[in-house]
Amino acid sequence: MSQASAITPEIEIPSIPVTQLAPWAAFVFLTAAIVLFFISADQGVVSIPSGTAIHEWVHDGRHLLGFPCH
Amino acid sequence: MTPRTFLVRGLLAGLLAGFFSFAVAYTVGEPQVDAAIAVEEAGAAPAHSDQPASDGHSHSHADSGEDSGTQVSRGTQSTWGLATGIFAVSIAIGGVVGLVSAFAVGRLGRLRPGQSTAVVALLGFVAVWLVPFLKYPATPPAVGNGDTIGDRTLYFFSIQAISVLAMIGAVLLARRLLAGHGAYRAVLVSGAAFLAVTIVAGLLLPTVNEIGDFPGDTLWYFRRASLLTNATMWAAIGVILTGLVGKVHEHESAVAARRDLAASL
Repeated sequence: MSQASAITPEIEIPSIPVTQLAPWAAFVFLTAAIVLFFISADQGVVSIPSGTAIHEWVHDGRHLLGFPCH
Repeated sequence: MTPRTFLVRGLLAGLLAGFFSFAVAYTVGEPQVDAAIAVEEAGAAPAHSDQPASDGHSHSHADSGEDSGTQVSRGTQSTWGLATGIFAVSIAIGGVVGLVSAFAVGRLGRLRPGQSTAVVALLGFVAVWLVPFLKYPATPPAVGNGDTIGDRTLYFFSIQAISVLAMIGAVLLARRLLAGHGAYRAVLVSGAAFLAVTIVAGLLLPTVNEIGDFPGDTLWYFRRASLLTNATMWAAIGVILTGLVGKVHEHESAVAARRDLAASL
């Protein structure tokens, strides 16, 4: 392995520091969680807003993506 | 490479994966959704059709689109509605896979950025979707009692949370074992640990069986379509993002090599 890396010198792979990643991760994970909530579970157990319009709109996707729908 | 490098490419991979996944869901999945609704309307699944309105849910057909209480027609559900769900989930997962891949770069042994990205997408599919599906498989319309949606939602997200946490734990374990025991043993032991945790969790969580006399062939076709839809989404995200990240890494390596050469002259 050391021979192979000597023949084709691999530049060191620098990892991205956690402090640099954290704000991106916080924003994206929160946004993704909100999006996934509306697609996967809204107007099933909890309804924000009340009604069935969102449930019905994403109905087929919810079934085919594998979330419990109704 | 910055977090932005990965987020932009992850979102793009998610968007492109949405087209593939929607194509599969529409062509393979929708016929089975329609077949299941036909079963429901024929009254063959009494669990659901006894009380079509009381669970706040109904499926309208294009032919009888003006059913009271239904706001979205079947034609809209199977096209724009389906597309909304698939694309939103695909782009969200693409973004998350992108940022997790950004974290994984340089932290998974000697894997290059493209390789570690592929690992993140593959393990993500197993932990986020496959394990929950094996315990609580997707159910077509007409299967499922509206009164138990609370329990079933709780169970589903429980196994999903356990599976994701077990996968994070397994990867951390593999990292720890890598130095002293080599890659083969590290992956073997941590893979076994992941299986042990998810299997025990799967055995402890309650079984849901509300299928009644729903036809088995339609059920299997629907679940196969669900598997294909999600596998397509994750595979497309993984393949596209791996390609894009690999390209960035190649470019940065070439630039660094040129800089080193110039410095040595």
